[in-house]
Amino acid sequence: MAEFTLPANSKPGVGKTVPAPPGAKRVRQFRIYRWSPDDGKNPVIDSFWLDLDQCGPMVLDALIKIKNEIDTTLTFRRSCREGICGSCAMNIDGVNTLACLKAIEDIRGPVRIYPLPHMPVVKDLVPDLSHVYAQYRSVRPWLQSESPPPPDREYPQSVEERDQLDGLWECILCFCCSTACPSYWWNGDRYLGPAILLQAYRWIADSRDEATGERLDALEDPFRLYRCHTIMNCTRTCPKGLNPAKAIAEIKKLLVLRR
Amino acid sequence: MADNKTSQPAALTPALRPLSPHLQIYRWQLTSVMSILHRASGIALSAGGVLLVWWLVAAASVPEAYNAVQNFLGSWLGVLLLLGWSAALFYHLCNGIRHLVWDTGHALDLRSTYVGGWAVVGASTVLTAIAWVAGIWHWVG
Repeated sequence: MAEFTLPANSKPGVGKTVPAPPGAKRVRQFRIYRWSPDDGKNPVIDSFWLDLDQCGPMVLDALIKIKNEIDTTLTFRRSCREGICGSCAMNIDGVNTLACLKAIEDIRGPVRIYPLPHMPVVKDLVPDLSHVYAQYRSVRPWLQSESPPPPDREYPQSVEERDQLDGLWECILCFCCSTACPSYWWNGDRYLGPAILLQAYRWIADSRDEATGERLDALEDPFRLYRCHTIMNCTRTCPKGLNPAKAIAEIKKLLVLRR
Repeated sequence: MADNKTSQPAALTPALRPLSPHLQIYRWQLTSVMSILHRASGIALSAGGVLLVWWLVAAASVPEAYNAVQNFLGSWLGVLLLLGWSAALFYHLCNGIRHLVWDTGHALDLRSTYVGGWAVVGASTVLTAIAWVAGIWHWVG
C-alpha cells in the first residue's frame, strides 16, 4: 500500500543558514537537503546564500562552490559535468534533472535541491541505487544470441535495424525518470520503472538479439511492467530528451501482438 | 571478514536510512495532475453510479420515493453532486480516449502529451457546460 507521507525519521527539519559574503550584488538562496548517517538525527534543509557573480552558471557549479568554499561536508555525486555520466541526478526546483545541465538562471526564487525522490539516502544528495541496479541486472542488459557471428566480423545489422536503437542507447541510467514516477514511488519494490523498462526494450528492439521471447515472458507481469499507467512524468523529466513512456508502450504492444 | 555489524554506520544499514522526500517536493505538472484526476474522476463515477441506481429504483417504485429523490437532486447539494458527477464523466471519457490513443503507441511524445492534455481539459469543460445548458434549457422550457 502506498505511503504518501514520509516516515518519522525522514521528515526534514530546519538547518543552518550561511549568509552571502558582504558586498555581493547578485545573491541567490540555495536550500539543500542534508542528512548525515553519523549523528542519528533527522534530515535538515540548509540554506546557503551565494554570490552569483562569483559562481559558475550551473547548479552543479553552485554545489561545487559550496563544497569547496563553505561546507566541505556537503556530499553529492558528480563526474563529467556535461550530462553524459548521469552522476549528478537530483531533484532541483521540484523536477528531477542533472545538476550539470540545469542553469541557475532558469530557476526563479530559491534553488531547492533534494536527492532523487523516494529513495533511501546514503548521505545528503546521494541516494542508494542498489535496488535499481539489481532491477537493471534482472532484465539481462546484454546481447543474447545463439547463432555465432560471422567468423571475420561482428553481427551484421542494416541501417534501418540500427535506427531502431536510436532514442534508447543514449540512456545514461541517471534514474531521473524512475524516481519521477509516482507509480515507481508506490510500487518500486516490484515495478521495474521507466529507466529499466526502456533498457529492457533497448534489447528487445535490437535485431541481433535472439532472446526476445524470453525477455517478453519475463516482463509479462502485473507489477514488473503493468504498473505503468502512462502518467508521463518520465518523459517530462528525462534530461536527455528520451521517451521511456514510448518504449514501455512498445513493449505492451508487442505483448498484445504475440497473443 | 570480521562481523562488525554493531559498529556499522547508519549509511550501510538500509533500515536506518531516511527516505528522500517525494510527493512533498515534486512539482505538480500537467502529466501527474491529469493522471491523478483520471483516478479521482473514476472513483467519483463509481460513487455517482450509486446515486443513479437510487434514482432508478425510486422511479420503479412509488411516486413518493421518486419525488423524494427528485427533491434531493434539486437541492443545492444535489445540484453540486450532479455537477461534479457530470464533470467527472466528461473528463474520464475524454481522458480515457487519450489513454486509448496512447495504448496504440501514438501521441506519446512530450508535445502531443501536452497538446492532448490541454485538449482534454478544454473538451471536458465544454461538454460539461453544454450538458448543463441543455439540461437547464429543458428544465425551464
